[in-house]
Amino acid sequence: MTRRVAILGAGPAGLAAAEAALSAGADVVVLDEGERIGGQYWRHHEQLTDRRMQHQHARFARLGRVAEAATVHREASVWRVDTAHGIRVHALVGPADGSDREALTIDADALVIATGAHDRALPVPGWTLPGVITAGAAQALAKRDGAIVGERTVVAGSGPFLLPVADSIALAGGSVAEVVEAAGVAAIARGWGRAPWQLAGVAGKAGELAQYAGGLLRRRTPFRFGQAVTRIHGQGHVEAVTVQHVDAQWRPVAGTERTVTCDSVALGHGFTPRLEAAIQAGCDLSPERFVVVDDRQATSVASVFAAGEVTGIGGADTALAEGAVAGFAAAGGSLDDRRISGAVRARKRMHAFATRLATHAIGPGWTGWLDEDTIICRCESVTRARLSEYAAASSRAMRLATRAGLGACQGRTCGRTVETLIAADVDFDRRPVLSSIRIGELARLHHAEHKEQE
Amino acid sequence: MSVRIRFDGEEIAGRDGQTIAGVLLGAGRRSWRLAGGAERGVFCGIGVCQDCVVTVNGIENVRACQRTALEGDVVEREAR
Repeated sequence: MTRRVAILGAGPAGLAAAEAALSAGADVVVLDEGERIGGQYWRHHEQLTDRRMQHQHARFARLGRVAEAATVHREASVWRVDTAHGIRVHALVGPADGSDREALTIDADALVIATGAHDRALPVPGWTLPGVITAGAAQALAKRDGAIVGERTVVAGSGPFLLPVADSIALAGGSVAEVVEAAGVAAIARGWGRAPWQLAGVAGKAGELAQYAGGLLRRRTPFRFGQAVTRIHGQGHVEAVTVQHVDAQWRPVAGTERTVTCDSVALGHGFTPRLEAAIQAGCDLSPERFVVVDDRQATSVASVFAAGEVTGIGGADTALAEGAVAGFAAAGGSLDDRRISGAVRARKRMHAFATRLATHAIGPGWTGWLDEDTIICRCESVTRARLSEYAAASSRAMRLATRAGLGACQGRTCGRTVETLIAADVDFDRRPVLSSIRIGELARLHHAEHKEQE
Repeated sequence: MSVRIRFDGEEIAGRDGQTIAGVLLGAGRRSWRLAGGAERGVFCGIGVCQDCVVTVNGIENVRACQRTALEGDVVEREAR
């Protein structure tokens, strides 16, 4: 009998998994919340996307054609994953946040979790002002909508992702005042300059980054190292930011403040993996809070595999390689099979690249730029001072009293930050309902007949 | 090709296929919601943070960054 492989997510990891699972003879079902396949990396719209923002487009086009041999459910909000008695995935299918979406239940022999990651933006005084968005939002709006959030944007945070973001803003018609990277020049030279032969195999990645750096030079966009946006100013909207030197621990250095005029800010301090499906499936997590996988991308749960950013932040090329291995293994293929040896080698090369990203890891000193009245939980407008009142209480008491992390986003935006500030794990990623669905829809499911996939 | 929606009693035109957030930003709107008495607009842009929610044709809590704008959509502010 043909093995059925269900794949959560149609970004690079999920699409590569679909391609590999199909090649190994599986019946493949892909579920993705987006209107179109591609995930965040290949977020696009047929008419609105500027082709210059779409990297590795040929690869995407090929994966897209391959995916036609799979059953792809777009606009599918997966809200529950059961692994206790075989694998069963529950989703609602229909336009985003609609009120009468269709219920879908998929039974499968194996599951590939490729749910990706979203931006992590650290709180900064003034970060709730209109005009402050995440770096990923700037990228998504530019790519998907051809839209910019302001005329003059400061792009700030850490990591190589800031470069394509600045590039997209400029291509979409905005101007980038500065790109502000918290990692210092010495740290970057140490992190990226060490053992350069390991990076020889990722020339494509280096070329892509060099292209963005060239764009910055051409447009005379200043790139600052070892600095951070430590305050955002404005009455009702962004008018300026304070940019300040930070030390190796990201502590702001007094006396180095400068004011930069701008009307918008794009913040990106790395990424948070989207773990809720993996946690619900029962997968073990590492102390660093990524899904633990073996050489076959198999998780601790039988027949459940994971690939891409949920297993460690590594970017699209890493996700493509891991996804291919995961899909092939989920379909019952062996890693000794020659058809998958290229992906296994690519995965090894890309992991050498991914470890360098540690250079840009958040330093503990960033809390030094917070004020007592800085909002930490955006949904419930909970300030740092309010959190501090409950620092000694149990995390449950803190949440119930302050409502931090209990708002509409369920701690997705502030969860890790709240944990840092109260110095305790709260386990915000453990969510009984995996995606945003309406209570009415949930209630109707009791009566609705489940639509079984053939 | 363009798409027209109503927001704040005004007709706003956007490009066909844009999200509601894209249409509002294109018209120079940066905020469309109140949270704790302060203006908010789009933040994460990918459907995670719920900061950009609006009421669309009477249905509450629709993420403006995820919902494609359709001709004649009536978009209203929300406050929390």
